[in-house]
Amino acid sequence: MTALLHAAGLTKRFGGLVANDAVDLDVGEGEIHAVIGPNGAGKTTLLAQLSGELSPDAGSIHFGGREITAWPVAARARLGLARSFQITTILPSFTVRDNVALAVQGRERHSFKFWRNAARDPALNAPAAKALDRVGLAAHADRPAAALAHGQKRRLELAMALAMRPKLLLLDEPMAGMGGEESAEMVTLLAGLRSQAPILLVEHDMDAVFALADRITVLLHGRVIASGPPAAIRADTRVREAYLGDDAANGGA
Amino acid sequence: MDDAGAPTARRRRVVHGVLLALLLLLPPAAMALGEPFYVSLATRILIMALAAASLNLILGFGGMVSFGHAAFVGIGGYVVGIAFVHAGDGSAFLGLLPGTTNGLVLLPLAMLVAGLIALPIGAVCLRTTGISFIMITLAFAQMLFYLLVSLRRYNGQDGIAVWQRSSLPWPIDLNDRVSFYYLALAVLVAFLALTHRLVGSRFGRVLRAAKDNERRARALGFHTYRYKLVAFVLAGAVAGLAGALFANATGFVGPSYLRWDRSGDLIVMVVIGGIGTLAGPALGATLLMLLEEFMPEALDGLVPGLGEHWKIFLGPILILIVLYARRGLAGLIDGVPGGALWRHLRPEPEPGKPPRRWRKRR
Ligand SMILES: Nc1ncnc2c1ncn2[C@@H]1O[C@H](COP(=O)(O)OP(=O)(O)OP(=O)(O)O)[C@@H](O)[C@H]1O
Ligand SMILES: [Mg+2]
Repeated sequence: MTALLHAAGLTKRFGGLVANDAVDLDVGEGEIHAVIGPNGAGKTTLLAQLSGELSPDAGSIHFGGREITAWPVAARARLGLARSFQITTILPSFTVRDNVALAVQGRERHSFKFWRNAARDPALNAPAAKALDRVGLAAHADRPAAALAHGQKRRLELAMALAMRPKLLLLDEPMAGMGGEESAEMVTLLAGLRSQAPILLVEHDMDAVFALADRITVLLHGRVIASGPPAAIRADTRVREAYLGDDAANGGA
Repeated sequence: MDDAGAPTARRRRVVHGVLLALLLLLPPAAMALGEPFYVSLATRILIMALAAASLNLILGFGGMVSFGHAAFVGIGGYVVGIAFVHAGDGSAFLGLLPGTTNGLVLLPLAMLVAGLIALPIGAVCLRTTGISFIMITLAFAQMLFYLLVSLRRYNGQDGIAVWQRSSLPWPIDLNDRVSFYYLALAVLVAFLALTHRLVGSRFGRVLRAAKDNERRARALGFHTYRYKLVAFVLAGAVAGLAGALFANATGFVGPSYLRWDRSGDLIVMVVIGGIGTLAGPALGATLLMLLEEFMPEALDGLVPGLGEHWKIFLGPILILIVLYARRGLAGLIDGVPGGALWRHLRPEPEPGKPPRRWRKRR
């Protein structure tokens, strides 16, 4: 098994509901792997298990050759799994810079350092500035994160993930709630990240998915109904019926 | 530590400097006025301010609403009390530790014991959050309360009269009220300075992040539990120190130190003073203890017998402060006038939207 991330047979039940049913999934180096599926298909549930927020009822997760199925969230993050959330999850009372600087701080072995001022530490602020520049938020570094507009908050979350020096990005609908122009910018941004870290991308925006993905996995009612290169997914009749609808299938990227 | 602009920071420095100068001048002024009692009252206030400031470290900066913080104050007090009992009759605690009244032993020991007890309590309580955390910290404090009530060797309910103060090396002398006052002031200022550094450090930033959005902090790779636990233990230890000093200041320690309403008082001090501010807990402690000291008498002067029920009048005062003083009394230092009521009447515009007044007229 050479894939960076390898999940096998992931199953998660909520009471009687099977949110993930024996899901298999790989992400390789340099790859953008998109997971699509209608609302409630179990995409976020899958990401939550990969990032450690939910523990699977069955199945296993390997990352970088290590079995991490039972690892807590923080330990996985330290291993290089960086997640952005479907619902923006930032530190609202921190400044934009401090949000990202904290992500940089997370790379250090520990933060049991009680005396030196962190806010004025160039070792944290310089990499933070770089990540903010990358997502186009450099001009907003001093603002409280809560004051950002929605699209900016999404980009801040991405900057935090980047500042972690991730080995794999787990992105849950990074374009959610964005306008057309903003989404297009995000697509360009994500395309440029491919060289830096592979991406597991959950997204409803089909233009974005077909523009970016090397591989697509389709979830329906918690089950993988198709997985393969975009062309194959577009041609897959089951996917068309179940999910894509004709215009998306024909239109594509 | 919030992100105050430069003018606010300067203003705070000036106000803090003035407050400190006034505190330094208080003993000579009180003595000159022939009111040495005020020095002792101020000493007790400074010690309670220390206890409130230690709670603020976890409540204000870490978002941990501990409803059992007085337990650690009580433990610190009991270290002094129990050591005094054994020093008095020459016996040994658990047949092992001889008693003492040496402050150089007792004050660090009070911190150590309170911290060591805070460790397992925190380790359990921090598995929970929200209301559960509040309730379980309260439960632990109540357990310790009843344990001490049941210890007949240490007078149970009645507590211990500590009529010999802890001895400390020259020039500190706890029997001299002015000397005691300056010690309490020095300890408080030192702890506030430490808090200031701590909150701005890498550790403090993780702690604040855990309060702001714990899910995010974890996703960034921080085992927030460990950071919160360290803060909890540190706060417990400092509360223990406050308790040891308080037992010396009042010459008494009893289970009442740990009672739930004492924990509630500490929360009230932090809230009215200003949660997560540096000077707030001290201001809150000052206000609450002054009210406690003078309101019963004042009320009795109005209607005999009313003084007993002074806490009924405390409630509305607290509500007014919460409504009108944003960020508590410490918010007044920053010149921020309104509280919840103010915000209701004059809501801040959401980013990207014009203020409401404009929108209405369109
Ligand atoms: N914590 C939970 N408890 C109970 N049911 C849950 C929980 N989380 C998710 N579910 C259910 O599991 C199913 C899958 O949810 P999930 O959030 O993974 O879907 P999704 O594919 O991310 O959907 P969307 O596109 O709307 O984000 C849904 O039916 C949802 O209601
Ligand atoms: Mg989802």
